[in-house]
This record gives sequence, structure tokens and C-alpha cells, in this order.
Amino acid sequence: MKVLLSWLREFAPDIDGDPVELGERLSALGLAVEDMTVTGEIVPGVVLAKVLDLRPHPDANKIQLVDVDPGDGGPLQVCCGAFNMTVGDLIPFATIGTTMPNGMEIAQRPMRGQMSNGMCCSATEIGLGADSDGILILNDLVVDGAELGMPLADALGIVPDVLWDLEVNANRPDAMSVAGVARDLAASLGVEFGFPDYEVAASDETIDGLVNIEVLDPDLCGRFAARVLRNVTVSTSPQWMQQRLIALGMRPINSIVDISNYVMLELGQPNHTFDLDTLPGGHLRVRRAHEGETLVTLDGVTRELLPTDGVIANGADEAVSLAGVMGGETTEISPSTTNVLLEMAWWDPPSISRTVKRLSLPSEASTRFRRGADWGESIDRAMDRFVQLASLTGAIALSGQVDVAGNTPNRAPVRVRSSKINGLLGTDLTPEAMARLLTSIGFAAVKVAGPGGSYLGVTIPTWRWDTTTETDIAEEVARLYGYENIVRTVPRAAMAGGLSPYQQDRRLVRQILVGAGCDETLPMPFLAPGDLRRAGLPEDGVTLSNPLVAEESVLRTSLLPGQLKAIAYNQSYGSTDLRFFEIDHVYRPGPADSVLPDEREFLAVALTGHEAPAAVAVLDLLESALALPNVQLRPSTPAGLHPTRSADVVIAGRVRGNVGEVDPSVLDNYGVSGRVAWLELDLENVLNGPHGNRKYTPVSKQPASSIDLAFETADSVAAAAVEAQLRRAGGALLASVDLFDVYRGPGVAEGCRSLAYRLRFQAADRTLTDTEVSTLRQACIDAVASKTKAKLRT
Amino acid sequence: MISQLEQIKNQALAELSTATTVDALDSLESAHLGKKSPLTLLRRELGTMDPDARKSAGQAMNDARDELDSAFADARSRLAAAERAVQLEAERLDLTELRAPIRRGSLHLVTQARDRLEDVFVGMGFTVAEGPEVETAWYNFEALNIPEWHPARGSFDTIFVNLGEPEEVMLRSHTSPVQIRTMESGEPPIYIVAPGRTFRTDSADATHLPAFNQIEGLVIDRGITMGDLAGTIDEFVREFFGGEVKTRLRPSYFPFTEPSAEFDISRPDGSWLELGGCGMVHPNVLRNCGIDPEEWQGFAFGFGIDRLAVMRYELDDIRELVNNDVRFLQQF
Repeated sequence: MKVLLSWLREFAPDIDGDPVELGERLSALGLAVEDMTVTGEIVPGVVLAKVLDLRPHPDANKIQLVDVDPGDGGPLQVCCGAFNMTVGDLIPFATIGTTMPNGMEIAQRPMRGQMSNGMCCSATEIGLGADSDGILILNDLVVDGAELGMPLADALGIVPDVLWDLEVNANRPDAMSVAGVARDLAASLGVEFGFPDYEVAASDETIDGLVNIEVLDPDLCGRFAARVLRNVTVSTSPQWMQQRLIALGMRPINSIVDISNYVMLELGQPNHTFDLDTLPGGHLRVRRAHEGETLVTLDGVTRELLPTDGVIANGADEAVSLAGVMGGETTEISPSTTNVLLEMAWWDPPSISRTVKRLSLPSEASTRFRRGADWGESIDRAMDRFVQLASLTGAIALSGQVDVAGNTPNRAPVRVRSSKINGLLGTDLTPEAMARLLTSIGFAAVKVAGPGGSYLGVTIPTWRWDTTTETDIAEEVARLYGYENIVRTVPRAAMAGGLSPYQQDRRLVRQILVGAGCDETLPMPFLAPGDLRRAGLPEDGVTLSNPLVAEESVLRTSLLPGQLKAIAYNQSYGSTDLRFFEIDHVYRPGPADSVLPDEREFLAVALTGHEAPAAVAVLDLLESALALPNVQLRPSTPAGLHPTRSADVVIAGRVRGNVGEVDPSVLDNYGVSGRVAWLELDLENVLNGPHGNRKYTPVSKQPASSIDLAFETADSVAAAAVEAQLRRAGGALLASVDLFDVYRGPGVAEGCRSLAYRLRFQAADRTLTDTEVSTLRQACIDAVASKTKAKLRT
Repeated sequence: MISQLEQIKNQALAELSTATTVDALDSLESAHLGKKSPLTLLRRELGTMDPDARKSAGQAMNDARDELDSAFADARSRLAAAERAVQLEAERLDLTELRAPIRRGSLHLVTQARDRLEDVFVGMGFTVAEGPEVETAWYNFEALNIPEWHPARGSFDTIFVNLGEPEEVMLRSHTSPVQIRTMESGEPPIYIVAPGRTFRTDSADATHLPAFNQIEGLVIDRGITMGDLAGTIDEFVREFFGGEVKTRLRPSYFPFTEPSAEFDISRPDGSWLELGGCGMVHPNVLRNCGIDPEEWQGFAFGFGIDRLAVMRYELDDIRELVNNDVRFLQQF
């Protein structure tokens, strides 16, 4: 909502002061100033001048020579690149020495050999509009008594003004009008606020019998008021009205439309004009639309309506207007219109909202109705104002107003406890002080003695539809008291703050991975259609209903596609040896009884230029850092991963992810070069599952005996299986097992490899005898041989 | 004997001075002071001497031995030091030459900012709550006092997903749904912050992303006031940005708080920067979560995390936060 200082002053003449300070005051009232412009300040040195002669430049085509009279009779020669002037035109003229708003200084200088002694100005050059095509011709714009050489502002009668662009929140329907902003600002400044008198001479003719209004759906329309204007002429509005409309961001159309918009901007009351002669019997029926009913709106579009929409129908029950949103084509004001039915109504905000949203038809009027316009005095005042402005064009308003009531919001006084308000705000205001603050913006507040103590009975004005409760009133008190005046205190939580075990572990995982040289990445969770398929994953991602771009229209079910994109992106810039990790949400198809997806936090690690064991080593690191119980790699071919170099990660008997390498064909699909070692874990379930249980085992002070054993093991037998047998056979005395060499080649059978282990035996309480060690050694060899068919190499 | 002793000693000292290595010294020491050395052999002759002569000869012998012991010890430490010096010189390394790197990984800027925010609030007695990013209309809107027709809904520029009824399921447009989930599942008093990703239909450009991070705060307790809200924001800002940064609250509107405010922080040049929104939790929101607004009151606030990272490091393009360019990531 834009407002002009001069317009605010029509309601509160004592509003005055530094524009910046007034702007801060508006912001402090909740009317945040988004932009402020001081208008009508024309650069000193620009004067009214007259074109005396126009001559071609002897040596240039794109400029001509102009003789002007800048007030001293002239002629003064200037070179000018515009050709829209004729002799006798009045123009803005920048004299020598003038510094233009863009910083350029006007000096006497030759152009292609001809002296130029100033500059003829366009509207843009002097800040009088956006028109930069040609010189601004002022013939019709100067005030009576303007003389050549006068400062331009004086010649045009322009008074400096301030234009504020305010952000008006959805709970402030009143501030969608100049008068409403003036009311707030006047209250804050402690100056008088009031409405001018809009009386016009009463017509002898009355409205009786000319208009017949029926409100069939009173929940849709709280009030429908109508007046009739005769002798209407559709012409151009006066300059002052056009300028104000333009300043506030509206385009002047014609006298009737302009008055309609002017009244809306000024008083916040949207209104609509019908050509009365297109309405047989002056009959209007307000109702909800019928299913499938159609209406051609003012913009020429045929609208298919639903019963959630409100319409105004004619006597034949044909919709002629989309209530509160847009008028209809058949009853529109035309150049030949002379008789006008002027409608001002109050529409149920949710109904208007639904229609605007469904038809994507926002407008200045519906914006006000959606927030809740005034069903009370504003309608009557706006009627008077419209009639008064129309009378300036010769229109005659018939006496009387047809006024039909529907259902309006309850405005019984609200019970307001000063203790509750002070308790909410942390203030110590008396009921009287609160009443004063509320009264200053049109609320009525009366002290009432009740059984539980006295309270304020607060009557909320009808222009504050959104304001209904004690808490709403607390906000008004706070706003007018000033947020900055509330004393700041700090509550002390009775309990200790902290991170949950999950959150602490997640931070630990991040730190471990950073320590392991990995960089944390955070891609957005969106994928393009086909990304999952290209990653070898099922295409069961949740899709967006209204994606901005197709590339971001699917939610990921795995961190793999995002990591591959990040890797490809980095490789395209020549970065190699990428070590990435990511902890973030994935969204998988949810359970049948939930409308939401199965959303969980996953961990991914991607190491480029590395083979699968590098990823297993990261898993080992996490296993030890988190003390994960019983981590096993189960042979598997996880989707998207290398079919012969990947496994499921099983933790405490549950599959919690996969590890290995990314499938080379998937890498090809994403344009990733080299190998990528990959680990992905369902971090949420891992960290919420058993882990971190560490038990103290006394450190043995006894000497240990180490032996080395190498087994020729079939490739089909996992090293983990051999180790498991060693551990089983070694029992409690086996302190550690270390696979220190893997060998394929001469001396080892085809299809086998040699696995060399160093076993360390140790007892807590004694030195093991050679016999004991030798017995354990044999037990280990026998166990491996019988369970894995691996042969001891000698 | 005395002259013999003197000769032995001088012989030993003379040879000692020629030793150039610890090893050579060791064999000399063994030759001159060992079991078969002339000195040891000479000592055997003491037994044949009369007591007086024996006493003086024994004394002379001990003195000679002490003198030699000390001379050998000195020579050994001198030679050892020289040998060590030679060895150290031979080991000389250029530390700026090739070395096996220990690479440091990096935490994402957003994580760093988020962790720091969490830590500040944890220090103020808050716990950290989290919730899903895909939400229902109930949690994202209705429970937050934003009914289906409310004009404020449009201002959220919500991204909906194809689940449930049209516009029933969405990518949360703010972290406020976590307020509802926390209040539904727990009892006051509540002191939480809820960081997390939020979504809007904003095209990615230098200052916007369709997915970005916010942090939300919620306090529900007895007797919580708007003064507490302003004071909490003030304290947080002092902790996070430093003591000289001031805060101010301006009236605003959010359907889920009343009174509502925007909060600004002061810049060094005295101007104000809008940081986020806040307010007293609306009674309807409390009621929607089964909390009696006559008994409990509270406040909520929220602001962007990514923006803080952008501000702190003066990033010229917020998209760097999601590009994951390793040359960017490793700067932090």
C-alpha cells in the first residue's frame, strides 16, 4: 500500500516532520516502510521556457537547433536530440550551471560546431515520470499565472510530497487505505484525526423503486448497499486525481473508474459500478454461483463458476458480476452510460479468498475483501465520497440508499483483562492507559465491574475484521505502547539444555569423517525425472505437484544420485581425488497408513579414484568410533552398485546400508570418470539402534605369543569366514587376529588366494606354555580347514 | 714401580688422544684398563710389597686409574658428540620437500552455522528438536492457525507433492511444524530450537534457493512474556554476533503468533538488518496442541541459517552452498 503525505494530511493535518522519522514511526506501528520517495522536488535551475524557433543543424541529422525563451526574451540557442516540439511549445529547460539528478552538469558547449546553451528536458530527466521519449511538453500542465523563467515546480504548481510504500500485513484491512494509515499515524503522533465532510446537494428524485436488491445467501454477503447516479458522463479525470492514482500505482482509465479507484484507495472500500440501463428493473440478486454457471468477466474471459463463488445476478437470475472479485462484461460502464448503479458491499473473506485463489484473479478490490473490509461506517462514507467526486463531473445522485443486510461478524464487546495483557506483554499498564491507547485508533473501551474483578469491555471497530479476541487486543496495546518500550527479560529454563544422544552421535560421525579427510556436501534433495533410473535405483521417488523446473521435480530416495551429480560437477572443473560425505534426508514410499513418505536421515560416503576396500575402511572407522555391534558384510548386489564389488552392511542382524563401489554403468550415466568407492547407511536406524556399549577388559601384563598362519583359500570363501573360524577356535586366549597379506600367483592354486594371518595369544593371568600355544595353533588350523576348506600353507 | 706406572699412564693417554671413533676408544680402554691391561697386571705386584710401600704404590695406582677413567670418559663423550653431529648432518632434510599429506576434510558452512546456533541455544537451556521435511497441511498450516482460505497461505509459495489429496502434503515452508509436533508429543515447559531445511517456490539465483535452512525457537512455560521474547533474542544475538550488536522488534503479522514482530539486528554503520520473525504463540496454536493458553504462554521465533553463512563469509552467490564445489567446500 502506497500513501502520500499530502493525502494523509487530509485526515490528520498535523502530521508533520522529517520524512525519515515519520517512516520509522510507520514501521514501528507495523506498517513497514519498504520504500520512500520524496516527490515534486525539481532540480533548481530547471525553468519554464518557450520554443521560439526550430532549425536543422547544418552538420548533423540526429540533433536540431532550438531557439528558446528562458524568461529573458531569448532567443537562446540549444542543440537538442528530440524532434517532438513545435514552435510555441512550453518546455522544461535546464539552464547553464544546473546539476541534473543523474549528476550531469549543464554547461555551455559546442555540438558539431554549434553552441548549445542549456538543455531541453524529458520527463525522466527531471524526475517527473517514466517517459523518456522526447521533450516533456507542458502546454496543458502549467498553472494559471505561470511565467517563462519561473522555477518549474512553481510553474506546474507542484508541491513537494512524500510517497511511502508500506508493507501492510494480512491482519490490517484498515491500513489498506490512506485514511486508515492516517488514523494509525495520527494516534502514534498524538494528533487529531478525522474525516472531511462529503456532503453534496440532495437530489429531488429518490432511489425508491429503481433498485431492487435481494441477498439470497446472507453468509456470503454481510451488507449490500446501492445508490443511483444520473447524468453520468464518462470522460477524463482531473490532473490532481490522475496524479494521485499514478503515485499510488494505479493507471487512470476514465472519470468513473478513476473515482471508483480513488475512493477505494482513500477509504479502503472497494466498490463497483453497473450501467443501470443494462439491469431490467434495477434488480440484483446476491447468491452463490450454481454449479457450472458461467460468466464473462470484464477482462473478456469466460469463467466457469462453482458454488464456492459468490455472484451478483440480474432479475433473470443470470450472473452479471463475480462478487467482490471482478465485474461482468454485460453490465459494464460504457462511453454511452448515463445512469449508474453504485454498489458497495461486504463479502465474506474466506469466500472471496477461495474464488481468487481458484481463478488466480487477484485484484486491488479482492485484496481488500480477503482481509475483511468494513461493513460499517466506511460503506456510508465511501458512498458519500463517490457521490461527491462524481458530482464534480456533473453527475447527480438520487437521494436515498438501498441497504440490505446479511450476516455480519459479531461485535459484542470483548472481555479484556488488563492482568492478562500485562502478563502477556511483560508490561505494567493500568486499564486506563490501555483504554487510552485503544481509543486512539477507534476502539471503544469501557471499564466493567465483573464478578471476578473488573475488566475492560472493548468494542472492536467494524474496520478491523481480523481483530476478535483478547490476544488481538493485546497486540494493539503493544503496537501503540511501542514494542521498544517493553522491558527485556530472559526466562531461565528449569531444565538443562543439550543435544540428544542422536544429535551428539551425528556430530561425532561428521567429525570422524572430516578427520578422515572427507568434505561434507549438502546437495538439494531434488532430482530430475530419470535420475533414479540412471543411478540403477527404482523410480519410486515422491514427485512435486508444482516444481519450478523439471530438473527439480522428484525427491531423492537415496543420496547416490546427488553425490554422483556433485562428483560429475567437480570433475568437470578438473577436481580429482574427491572424498565426499553427506548426512541428509531421503524420502521413500511411506507405509500404507500414512500419507507422508518414509523420511529418514542417511549417511553417504563417496571416494573417487578408490576401490571398494576404501569404503569398507570408512565403515570400519565408523564401527570402531560408534562401537557398532556385530557389523557384517553380507554378499549382495545392491541397486546401483558394482555387482561383484558390493555388499549389504548388516548391523546387529539388520541390513542398514550397503558398501562397495558404484556400478560402472551408473558412473557412465552420470559422466563420472574413474572408480567411486561408496558407503551408504541408514544413519537414523544405525544411531537409534544399539551401539556405543564399551566394556572394560583388564589389559594383560603377561607376555603374548604370536604365530603366523597362511591359508590357501578359495576365492568364493570370504576372508571374514576364515577370520570367524580363527576367532572361534582361538577363543578367549586369542588376543588379536590381523590379516596382513593377501597373495595370488605362483605357489597358490588357481581360483584361490593365500590369506596370511598373525595371531596373538595371551592370557590375563599367566604366561602361556609352548604346549598351550601349539594346541591353540592346531585348533585354529583344524577349524579353518574343516569349515572353509582352506589349506594351511607350509 | 712409580715410574713404570707413570709410563703406563702416559702411554695410555698418548694412545687415547689418537682415537677418532668411539669403537677405537672402546678397544683402547679395554687394552689399558681391562683385566689384562698393564695397569691391572701391575696391581698384582702390590701383594709382594711391604705394607708402607704398598700403601703409597696403591694410592698412586688408584690415582692413575682415576685419571685414565676420567680421560676415557671425556674422550668418549667428545667422540660420541662428534659422531652424533656427523650423523645428524647426514640426516638433514628439506621440510618443504614432498611429503605425504594428511588431508583435513571440511564441515559444510551450513552445518557449521547450524552447530554454532545450536550451541548458543543449548547454552541458554534449549534442546534441539527436529521434524520431517515433507509435511501435511495440518502441521504446516492448519495447526499454526492458517486455515485453508487464509491469504497468508499464498505468501508461503508452497511446494506441494503428489501424495494424498491435492495440497494435502507439501515440503514444509517453514520449520514451524516442529513446534506443533513438539507440543503434541510433549508437555510444557518446552524450550526448543528446531533447525532444518525449508522450501519455497523460489527460483535459484544469487540470493535465493528453493531449499534453504531455518532455525525456529519455541518456549512454552508459565508466565512467559513478550519481554522474555525480546530479551531472549537480545541475549542470543549478543552471544552469536557479539556484544555490540543491538536488536529491535517491529510489529508484524504471522497467523501463529500474537503479538507478532520482525526482529532486526544493528549493523556497524547504525542501520538495521531484518533477521527474522517472532511473536507470542497464538492461543489457537496452543489449543490445537492441547495446551491451555490460560495456564501456559510462550514465544516463538525463526530466521534463516544460510543467510548467516552468506553474511559471515560475504558469499556473493548463495548457490555455492548447494553446488558442492570442492574448491569452495575446502575453504572452510
